[in-house]
Amino acid sequence: MRSPLGRAIGLGSAKEGVEHWWAQRMTAIALVPLSLWFVSAVIGLIGADLETVQNWVSQPLAAILLVLLLIAMFYHVSLGLQVVIEDYVHTELVKLGLVGATRLLCFGFAVAGIFAVLSMALGGSS
Amino acid sequence: MSSADRPLSPHLQIYRWQLTSVLSILHRLTGVVLSAGAILLVWWLVAAASGPEAYEGVEDFLGSWIGLVLLLGWSVALFYHLCNGIRHLVWDTGHALDLKSTYVGGWTVIALTAVLTLAAWIAGISRWVS
Repeated sequence: MRSPLGRAIGLGSAKEGVEHWWAQRMTAIALVPLSLWFVSAVIGLIGADLETVQNWVSQPLAAILLVLLLIAMFYHVSLGLQVVIEDYVHTELVKLGLVGATRLLCFGFAVAGIFAVLSMALGGSS
Repeated sequence: MSSADRPLSPHLQIYRWQLTSVLSILHRLTGVVLSAGAILLVWWLVAAASGPEAYEGVEDFLGSWIGLVLLLGWSVALFYHLCNGIRHLVWDTGHALDLKSTYVGGWTVIALTAVLTLAAWIAGISRWVS
């Protein structure tokens, strides 16, 4: 089941496509209830002052769901932007750089968000 | 004719757009837009954890005209990407891949996006007013 061109070039599968595809679907499914919950929660917080917001984040259920949202969301963002970059950027080095930078930024933003949630939920220093 | 002179396909000036391809492009576009929205969420959380001064900055931004327009855009993008994402998940199971179903599904996604966006903003505005 290989084309003549494929045989001549001699490159096989990178054997990592399935994992990417599967993770994109799993995070998508997780994000359906999480994002709907988040939107309804945010609507409930409209007009709230800082203390109300901090108290809301400090509730165990809200804190847990926020952390889950941040993980699923930035994982999904990282996978999605990777596909976009790979579709449009064809210079190997630039592509690698952009995909790598996207990964790192997603990781960084996720950590920042999770830290903020946990500091409000556990510390209460502010 | 050298390869550079050949007409591009699709020839955009005379190309008739179809719902299916437009929705596909929109799915990608809203995904990229939502990636930026994710940063706003982190900014909001970090500001709330940092204290009153930082939080005031987020509130001022979100309450401004630019902030509200961005929030409207992000809510449309979120509901569209959510609904169309579910359409994609259905396709992944091998269902609804015929032409008629893709159009029925596409229009359903558009209608649901409008309804959900409207519902969210009506709930939000009535909450703001009260």
